[in-house]
Amino acid sequence: MIAETGLALLWFAAALALLQLFASVMTLVGGQSEAEMGGVVRPAAIMQGPLVALSFLMLMWLFIRTDLSVLLVASNSHSAKPFIFKLAGTWGNHEGSMLLWVTVMALSGSFVALVERRLPERTMIATLAAQAFVSLGFYAFLLFSSNPFERLPTPVPEGNGLNPLLQDIGLAFHPPTLYIGYVGLSVAFSFAVGALLTREVGPAFARAMRPWVLGSWIFLTIGITAGSYWAYYELGWGGWWFWDPVENASLMPWLAATALLHSASVLASRDALRTWTIMLGVIAFSMSMVGTFLVRSGILTSVHAFAVDPERGSFILALLAIYIGGALALFGARASTVNEGKQFSLVSREAGLVVNNVALSAILGIVLLGTLYPLLTEAFDTKVSVGPPYFNPVGAFFAIPMIVVMAVGPLLRWRRDSFDRIAKALILPAVLTAAVIVGAVVLAPGIRVLPLLGLALSIGLGIASLLPLLGRNLLRTPLATWGMVVGHFGLAVALFGMASESAFSTEKLVAADIGDTVEVGPWTIELAGIEPVAGPNWTAIEANMIARYEGGDPVSLHPQSRNFTQPPMTTSESALSTRWNGQLYAVVGEEGLDGRWQLRLWWKPFVPLIWIGGLIVALGGALALIGRLLGDMRKAHQVRRIAERREERPMGGAMPEPAE
Amino acid sequence: MSRILACLALFAAMLSVPAAAQDQLPPAPYAYRQLEDPAQEQKAQDLMETLRCLKCQSQSIADSDASMAGDMRNQVRLRIKAGEDPEAIRAWLVERYGDYVSYKPELTALTWPLFAAPLVLLLLALLLLRKRFTRRLPVGEE
Repeated sequence: MIAETGLALLWFAAALALLQLFASVMTLVGGQSEAEMGGVVRPAAIMQGPLVALSFLMLMWLFIRTDLSVLLVASNSHSAKPFIFKLAGTWGNHEGSMLLWVTVMALSGSFVALVERRLPERTMIATLAAQAFVSLGFYAFLLFSSNPFERLPTPVPEGNGLNPLLQDIGLAFHPPTLYIGYVGLSVAFSFAVGALLTREVGPAFARAMRPWVLGSWIFLTIGITAGSYWAYYELGWGGWWFWDPVENASLMPWLAATALLHSASVLASRDALRTWTIMLGVIAFSMSMVGTFLVRSGILTSVHAFAVDPERGSFILALLAIYIGGALALFGARASTVNEGKQFSLVSREAGLVVNNVALSAILGIVLLGTLYPLLTEAFDTKVSVGPPYFNPVGAFFAIPMIVVMAVGPLLRWRRDSFDRIAKALILPAVLTAAVIVGAVVLAPGIRVLPLLGLALSIGLGIASLLPLLGRNLLRTPLATWGMVVGHFGLAVALFGMASESAFSTEKLVAADIGDTVEVGPWTIELAGIEPVAGPNWTAIEANMIARYEGGDPVSLHPQSRNFTQPPMTTSESALSTRWNGQLYAVVGEEGLDGRWQLRLWWKPFVPLIWIGGLIVALGGALALIGRLLGDMRKAHQVRRIAERREERPMGGAMPEPAE
Repeated sequence: MSRILACLALFAAMLSVPAAAQDQLPPAPYAYRQLEDPAQEQKAQDLMETLRCLKCQSQSIADSDASMAGDMRNQVRLRIKAGEDPEAIRAWLVERYGDYVSYKPELTALTWPLFAAPLVLLLLALLLLRKRFTRRLPVGEE
């Protein structure tokens, strides 16, 4: 009954989405005579959230109970799996993760319909029409080609289990995080379509859209950071970014969202960059869809491609064509009717943000091309690979000017400014950047160009990013400004970690007897013993290593080589020792014929800063979001107060509008 | 970020008794061992990071446990040790396994758009910025 209830709830929600679309379209085209139809739109949107959420809870319940009469549970779960992974198994597969996507989407739809009252009602109805149109596609995808509640004709005695690589607490929360990000961009997309349809592209639209972009950007940042850290410690070779198509699929929406975030800010506070913001809104959601398509279609065979199913691939491709093609057509038809908005001079904060936007879009173009190109050449029967030797230099080509502008831009004033005014403030970061370049070349000859530039620019950016706080009363600085400063500083921190990792890592691969000591960087590591251990659904060989940093206090490390039986697979569990200045990374491999054990050891100076920086970036986003929401609430309160006063004293005359 | 699965699945399939991994010889002397000369090892490492593990999904031979990746690491290190040029080794591997093995795309009739793209994007960017800033209105008002 649980499965059937879940399915029925889903159908009900889909029907409501259809009603939402129908009613909103009738309202938009029908004029006055159909105005009462508009009253249905919001309730229909609000209802869907709880319905789909309930349906998702049903699926969770099935997984917790390990109901083996349900196909999805039988093929992805196992009764002996730890509870947390039974729970996470709900979305650790294609159908469940699509249901999660739709759940997040329906909940955000409800939330928009419930809360957003600042836009003109017509624009709001158009936005909800777009939202319903997008939702319907995903409901159809779920119900017609990925039904998560399908029953088996006869229940099986035991399930197939979850891929051991996914049985990791970090991974349990990685997909939901990314999905919230993706779906947030779908809301931004709906706002953009709504504004285009009703020709209301202005600051009010940007302010309504901005929290959604910020929110989804925060989640994407956290999702990418967490995914990178997972790859780092779980795959067992110390790499943290591989330019894998699946990684790129999450990076592309992030790049687009970053650009959108900045241009929406310009639109909200300066009423400039109107068409550009709309365009980025369309691109950002397109990138989420492309990401989903790449990951879900089975075009890429990896841990993420749960289903290699051409039918599903074509379904998503069709959705992609309808939404992106439709949005671009609408954009083409309407773009000329939206004027660019206010002008600004070459030296101004807007100009800095435009450069940032153009550079981010160029990087996005490179990543998109590099990711799709191997698929294109396969059509010509040639398999090529595009990897780090392409992405790193070409990406840096656009990223380096962007980082320089990022250091300068926040110091500039809106509309028109001069370099003379800010030149003094920039002396310190510029001198330090040059000093780092000289110092690194002298102290570490043979350092490569990209890590060198990365190190130097991260120091310069780190200092420059704090300069906007100079001369301000820190307690009265708006939260949104704090958010910008913290976000930019976080990027500098992450950049420093990346550059340091690629410039200064040392590696040691050895075969060691028990009692042997190995040196890697400043560490001395003794292999003290090897013993078997067992977990709930695995057995492992565990090494006991005693590590000393420059002969200091011993730290013990316990890397494991784990064997899972359901399904059969071996994974390396690395052991990490973190100090303020870096991380020691240890992996135990197989035993050789001579009885010695293969050890892989790395000393990676400052590597944790990559992910700490990522989290600081997300924190900056969170501060900005909180600042904006508090501002919005204050403003709504003021508007209410003024309205109340007007009612009390209906004297007429111009009432002052609340200040921006 | 998760290309190891394919290799591991293959691995597991080959070793029907996964726990008894000891029966595996180290596939080749330099698969899990570094070259003695750090300069040579650095060269080998740089090259290995740009070669694809053919049995894995999006993983370089420097990040893979697959036995074939081990063999290829051994080959690369032996040839570097013998004084061969890294690009010559890459060419040799490409001849054997096809373009797919190298993460560094070569400029050919099929791949030129990859190399044209940055230039086109740069031109587009400059054009866009120029358009943005030459349509100047008189100073002061908008």
